[in-house]
Amino acid sequence: MTTENLFELKNVAKLFTKGKETISIFEGLNMHIKNGDFMAIMGPSGSGKTTLLNLLGGVDQPSSGEISFAGQRIDNLSESQLAKWRANNIGFIFQFYNLMPMLNAAKNVELPLLLTNLSSSERKKQVATALELVGLSDRAKHMPSEMSGGQQQRVAIARAVVSDPKFLLCDEPTGDLDRQTADEILEMLQLLNSKFGKTIVMVTHDPSAAKYATHTVHLNKGKFVKAEELLV
Amino acid sequence: MKDFYLIYKNLTRKKMRLFLTTFAIFIAFLIFGAIMTLRSALNSGVEMSADNRLVVVHKTSFTNPLPYAYVNKVKAMEGVKDVTHANWFGGYYQEPANQVVTMAVDPDTYLTVYPELVVDEEQLENWKKNQSGILVGERIAKANNWQIGDRIPLSSNIFSQKTGGQTWDFTVDAIFTGNDAKVDTGYVLIHYKYFNETQSWGGDNIGWLILTTTDPALNEQVAKAIDENFANSNNETDTSTEQAFNKAFIDQIGNIGLIIFGVVFMAFFTILIVVGNTMVLAIRERTNEIAVLKTLGFESSRIFKMVLAESCLLAFFGGLLGIGGAYLIVQGAAEQMARFLPNLILDGAILGQALIYMLLLGLVTGIAPAISALRLNIVTAFSRG
Repeated sequence: MTTENLFELKNVAKLFTKGKETISIFEGLNMHIKNGDFMAIMGPSGSGKTTLLNLLGGVDQPSSGEISFAGQRIDNLSESQLAKWRANNIGFIFQFYNLMPMLNAAKNVELPLLLTNLSSSERKKQVATALELVGLSDRAKHMPSEMSGGQQQRVAIARAVVSDPKFLLCDEPTGDLDRQTADEILEMLQLLNSKFGKTIVMVTHDPSAAKYATHTVHLNKGKFVKAEELLV
Repeated sequence: MKDFYLIYKNLTRKKMRLFLTTFAIFIAFLIFGAIMTLRSALNSGVEMSADNRLVVVHKTSFTNPLPYAYVNKVKAMEGVKDVTHANWFGGYYQEPANQVVTMAVDPDTYLTVYPELVVDEEQLENWKKNQSGILVGERIAKANNWQIGDRIPLSSNIFSQKTGGQTWDFTVDAIFTGNDAKVDTGYVLIHYKYFNETQSWGGDNIGWLILTTTDPALNEQVAKAIDENFANSNNETDTSTEQAFNKAFIDQIGNIGLIIFGVVFMAFFTILIVVGNTMVLAIRERTNEIAVLKTLGFESSRIFKMVLAESCLLAFFGGLLGIGGAYLIVQGAAEQMARFLPNLILDGAILGQALIYMLLLGLVTGIAPAISALRLNIVTAFSRG
């Protein structure tokens, strides 16, 4: 695992306009994420966790400031360039799994590979490997509606890693699961970080979930704070 | 799995909705196919009209006869190439229900003016020599199983013979076909001379004249000259192009074009609303999924194309079923209505038109949801969900 920065945010601001009012989510935010990190971001609702995740994932752009990924600016990319960048570098895991209900598990996992030049047989091979990694080889033909929440989230993890991205973004990945299943999912993320070298940023409300990360940062009103400050 | 698979899965995810929407499109194209075929059959006479052929009828009504002497007078006029004439016989075979369109013509000039009628040389010579011979269209011959040499009694519901009775005995001397599939071969030609000599109504009258001009550009000038020539006589004429004459004949039924436009417009307008609404709802339901696809890296333009392809696929699926249904109906009706509408054929031109309308339907109903999918902002979509 190298220690170089994978992500670097310099003086990032994010403003939203609501009617005539302009709301500032971040102002002058600086942070970096090292290659191989498993970072948990915690904070109360409205603290800016999801907005930060959106900026890191390239689904939203800052109002000002710079965001670099592996030394390359991404804050000035066009929508189309960002889409390609996301496809090549980021795996997304959502709270509510966000699987396509009309596709079976294997087809859901295959989705990111449609954005590559892989042949059908190569795609099938990679899908099988990803499903095996999450322990769902026997559920490949199952539809999302035929699977439990935990199984659906595993399919979502398989989808996130199938194209072998460097970086995984997880938005409350265990928010919709019971404790035991949540622990299984978190162990899986831990494995992806420790064994496969994936850099992971996970937004969570759950302190137990945050314990699986290598370190945790706390966000409050758009600023990084110490954990104790959140309790005040 | 390719984009087509995703499109297909999206289209078929709600079976009942797919069935109802497809059914709406099916009905619209069924109506379109059947009605356009009907219009084409009604207009086939107009479409097949030669551009240099004029028809001269009595100014009062085309059912009023004209003097035979007009034939030579018209032939002598400037710009006229060939002239022939015809009389309505009003025939039927064996029983009045079995109508056989029969016209008394001059065998020497009729085929010169109608070169699209194709007859074997030997058969034609036999017919010209035999006054009681008939030249039969291929379709009518097949329908009645008539062969060369058959003796055929044809009765008229208008004329009677001088010797009494309304039935004439004829011999099938020749059978004509057309140089194009749309040429009507559903009628019989008899000798004018024989008809004129044997019928009891008094002779030397003709029903109408048909002539060709030396140049289509002269049509208007020749038509005007003919009508002026016979103006203020007992038998004034009304000359028009064959196309205008046939169209006027069809228009007696009503403004077919307007009726057809009305029916087709209503059918399409209705399905436009139904399919458009369905597509908008379907895409709105999928807002979250579209946002996920975009998050994974699917470009907006690709999703735009997928939505548009989905609505086009739906339009083509329902449309082709509808046109297929119309084809079956037309095939069934063609046999029943062969006597009245000989060219009831759902041809390539109608299919081509239908395909264009299917594409337009797909594009028009898909464009709004495709644009909203194109513009969908990931952050906004997830915050809504």
